[in-house]
Amino acid sequence: MSELRLHLTCRGDSGFTLQLDCALPARGITAVYGPSGSGKSTLLECIAGLRAPEPDSVIRLNGDTWQGQGSPVPPWRRGIGFVFQDARLFPHLDVGQNLDYAMARRSAPGTVTFGQVVAWLELDDLLARATATLSAGQKQRVAIGRALLSAPRLLLLDEPLANLDHAARQQCLRCLQRLSGELQLPMLYVSHDIEEVSQLADHLLLLDRGRLVEQGSLLELCSRLDTRLSHEEQAAAILTASVVQHDAVFDLTRLAVDGHELFVNHLPDQPGQARRVRIPARDVSVCRERPRDSSILNILPVTLSEIEETDSARVLLRLSLGSQFLLARITRKSAVELKLQVGDPIYAQIKSAALLMEATDTA
Amino acid sequence: MSLNHAELEAIYLTVALASITTVLLLILGTPLAWWLSRRRGSIAATVEAIVAMPLILPPTVLGFYLLLMFTPDTALGRLWQQLTGTQLAFSFSALVIGSVVYSLPFVVQPLQSAFQRIPQGLLQAAATLGAPPLDQFRSIVLPLAKRSFVTAASLGFAHTVGEFGVVLMIGGNIPGETRVLSIALFDSVESLRFDEAHRLAAGLVVFSFGLLFLLYRSDRQQGWRVRA
Repeated sequence: MSELRLHLTCRGDSGFTLQLDCALPARGITAVYGPSGSGKSTLLECIAGLRAPEPDSVIRLNGDTWQGQGSPVPPWRRGIGFVFQDARLFPHLDVGQNLDYAMARRSAPGTVTFGQVVAWLELDDLLARATATLSAGQKQRVAIGRALLSAPRLLLLDEPLANLDHAARQQCLRCLQRLSGELQLPMLYVSHDIEEVSQLADHLLLLDRGRLVEQGSLLELCSRLDTRLSHEEQAAAILTASVVQHDAVFDLTRLAVDGHELFVNHLPDQPGQARRVRIPARDVSVCRERPRDSSILNILPVTLSEIEETDSARVLLRLSLGSQFLLARITRKSAVELKLQVGDPIYAQIKSAALLMEATDTA
Repeated sequence: MSLNHAELEAIYLTVALASITTVLLLILGTPLAWWLSRRRGSIAATVEAIVAMPLILPPTVLGFYLLLMFTPDTALGRLWQQLTGTQLAFSFSALVIGSVVYSLPFVVQPLQSAFQRIPQGLLQAAATLGAPPLDQFRSIVLPLAKRSFVTAASLGFAHTVGEFGVVLMIGGNIPGETRVLSIALFDSVESLRFDEAHRLAAGLVVFSFGLLFLLYRSDRQQGWRVRA
């Protein structure tokens, strides 16, 4: 039984009360997503034991009770790793010594070696540096490495990329993706950046003002019409694609999505690598016939699988593309005039500029 | 210019008193300063005010109450008499107790402000990496507050060397037992031995200046200010 069981009541700092009763899968990356002040950090601090929830709360990982009957297990005996938003490296120790600090206090033997962590997080050139001389991105990579070297059973990350510039954020994201591939380590990743979440997470926990709004598989939640996510302005579907080849002449990358091809801005990934592409619903339009001589590069044959029922000016469509789904937001007037019916074979046009931006930029 | 036997005895006694007092102050002051640095509320404020009292009270007031506590007809005085067979008032031990109380703020305050400067977040990070509280203190707090320990010990030592009023009230002027430098100086002046007084006074001036100079210079090199 590989799960994190939570039954939590905890007063937060900014007036809300976190109230949760759920079980999260203790594998892969679970994103904890929601607006500021929704209790994301409070949740992580409760799990780490850095904040005391109300006495009737329960926190259990794979059958080990951290919080429940009797006195709570203190943070230093929970076997967790915590990556804080502000890194919190020890200023009197250099980078290597910060990593050693964690190695020396391992509770379990652990399989992750010093060398592996240094390689995954690209820390080679930093080991002898004083922590005060590091950039924000370097600090965060050291902090992630330090947390890994304590051989945790669960890694908690509290908006680790929030203070980073674009380049550093991309590098850290790449490192985190590498880690989740290499390690069988469950992670809980707090973020309010949907692009980060789309790139990393397997599972999503959506919080608002201390309450659980949704939880489930990220890809599924993002493509459903009845979730909170789909009603936000930035509603978007996430497609899993693989990199086919780079087109040097036009500076594009060709991806394959369930047998269909998709062109995006040049990506750094190698051919064959899997890649997620987030496609905002507002950038997808539909038509009955495949348009000829269009400037739009990406036109995909899809099947209309669901139409949102609404009285407002715009409606959301769910389009199936092989085993995956796209979202399209169009005016209700267009939907009526096109006489759209569930099951109709139609064509989805993806406004290229927006897609190209989304595929490469997190800004 | 050479020092006579009485002067050497007074120097020895002063150094012994200041050293023992400093060691005791570090042992007692560290946990007290830590407790004060992590607590809010009126209990901590009360303790903080009591610790700071010797800064503003005339030493004679402190000495007077300590003397009353040390006499053999109080509980403390009686207990001391039963345990050691000697009287507490007018003894070296009385001077040590008096000095610890008198110099307490000089050790507790620099430590307390150093502890307060250590971000709670670092200790949380250490806790999540598997460090229990004592380990956190040893591996994070001590190294980060190292300089403040030097400051606290130096100020505690120097202040004990310089005390007079408390010593006079609870120790009197017994050669080899309670006759420390400041008392010896007073004694010399009273009996008009001015050359002896000059030697002692100048010695104390040079010692105090030298110690403070070294302390402040190394603080400047570190870019930190002493908060005593």
